[in-house]
Amino acid sequence: MALRKIEQRKKRISFTILSIISVLWIIPVMWVISTSFKTEQEAVSGGINLIPNDFTLDSYRFIFNDTNNNILHYIKNSLIAASSHTLLYLLIASLAAYGYAIVRWKFRDVMFWFLISTMMIPNVMNLIPLYSIMIQFGWLDKLQALVVPGLGGVFGIFLLRQFFLGIPKDLIESARIDGASHIQIYLRIVLPLAKPALIVVGLFSFMGNWNDYLWPLIVLNGDTYRTLPIGLALMQGNYNIYYSRLMAATVVSIVPVLAMFMVAQRFFIRGITMTGIKN
Amino acid sequence: MSTKRSVTDVLKKNAGALFVAPHFLIFATFFIIPFFYGLVISLYDWHMFFPEMREFVGFANFRRILFETDHIYHEYFINGLKNTFTFVILSVPFLVAIPLMFAILINVEPKGYKVFRGIFFLPSLLSITTLVLIWRWVLNTNVGILNLTLSEVGFDNIPWLAEQPFAWTSLIVMTIWWTIGGNMVIFTASLKEIPQSLYEAAEVDGANIVQKFFSITLPGMRNQLVYITIMTTLASFNVFGQPQLATGGGPSESTKVLMMYIREIAFGGGRPNPGIATAMAICLGVIMIFISVFQSRVIKRLG
Repeated sequence: MALRKIEQRKKRISFTILSIISVLWIIPVMWVISTSFKTEQEAVSGGINLIPNDFTLDSYRFIFNDTNNNILHYIKNSLIAASSHTLLYLLIASLAAYGYAIVRWKFRDVMFWFLISTMMIPNVMNLIPLYSIMIQFGWLDKLQALVVPGLGGVFGIFLLRQFFLGIPKDLIESARIDGASHIQIYLRIVLPLAKPALIVVGLFSFMGNWNDYLWPLIVLNGDTYRTLPIGLALMQGNYNIYYSRLMAATVVSIVPVLAMFMVAQRFFIRGITMTGIKN
Repeated sequence: MSTKRSVTDVLKKNAGALFVAPHFLIFATFFIIPFFYGLVISLYDWHMFFPEMREFVGFANFRRILFETDHIYHEYFINGLKNTFTFVILSVPFLVAIPLMFAILINVEPKGYKVFRGIFFLPSLLSITTLVLIWRWVLNTNVGILNLTLSEVGFDNIPWLAEQPFAWTSLIVMTIWWTIGGNMVIFTASLKEIPQSLYEAAEVDGANIVQKFFSITLPGMRNQLVYITIMTTLASFNVFGQPQLATGGGPSESTKVLMMYIREIAFGGGRPNPGIATAMAICLGVIMIFISVFQSRVIKRLG
């Protein structure tokens, strides 16, 4: 009985502390959302009210209708780059993970160990030479520069391999005995079973590509393939911009991420747990 | 006939190699080759777009940034490194301790703990640009909600991004807000792995909450602690976007981190010097590798 009481008191204390911190945690976003619905005069008038006195959708009309800004164009670019990167990576990484987890071959473990050990090398060392390679490939200011180099990433393969190793050996052995080829086993047994892991890896590569700032900043010059993070940064640097519009653009950039999180929260949590526990 | 059979034999025996080949080719092209290519560039007075102007200079780039104390590139390197280290030292303790605290609170599983977890996790999905847009508006000197709130209780306006020590404080706070979600989730999961019986036994022995934390909780999650400390330190060494977009490296270059100098020297206006920038990047990379190895040694010895 006493133990249960202590338990409940703990829950109450924890609830109180977490509630307070959560409110503080959300305020910045609330402030931004609130500004986006204010008129520009109200936004810069120094009112602390979170509910606009003069509710308006003007800033959003500007974002979506005015031809002077390219936010929608940037969103489209980001979507194209991030989804093509993600689909290609899922294909390439799942094939590789199959090769490292299921098939036995001569240098498999040495190769895999080599891949993993390269994860020690900080990305910053590759930045400038990679740019030089982009020049030689003629990929500066091209979609390929945003999509292809990241396909060499090792982390997703590591996660997928880990998952593939957990697939019961009997399943694969008996398919082999029935005369199934590796491609058939990969397509019909491993991929369907690995759906949760594929979703996790897909989410991570999509978010990574969608949010990337430094690389697109370096390899893109013009507006053609400019992604949302770079476009938003440009908008911020423009001193004529209205704060209310800037905040509307910020909200627009949050919405897709928020939607994705709502739908796939458990996959995010599971994916991060996988990386941390497996160590 | 026999050669044909041996080809199919080789293919059959090494089917696995075919599966990994597409990835490995891309990996080689965009990871392995750049690594060695970078070592080459660092030994040159390099020109990105004019190959004929490239000139081999040996270790002159390294000597310049490391030892030529009166050279401007040395000054940049030292200032950038100093600021990067400042950021790492100020941020890492919070980026490990705060998510640990949150995880412990969430692990108690009070009402709505999944909602709390979601709220703390969500900012880590935002891009750096969105993050900075949000915080520049919150920290705006004249009409930001923070200064407006502070003025209600009688404080003067604080220039959060334009003066020290506020600039560092702001950068650290927004980084905490942005990144602790992942660490928190890992901590929460590893807290679950600690057997409840250990705590019950300690309670029977009359251990208080602090003793339980240090003798059961911390040792119980040693692996995750090592992993998180190292990964967080490495991430902090890569800091770029927050100062680039929020303070522009100011006031008077006091938050201008090494990545900002590297980008500016390699790709900026005027006369870019990719050789120098690559040498700086290699030095930073070597420091990062050295520190992560050192950290894992120290933490393992303590455990």
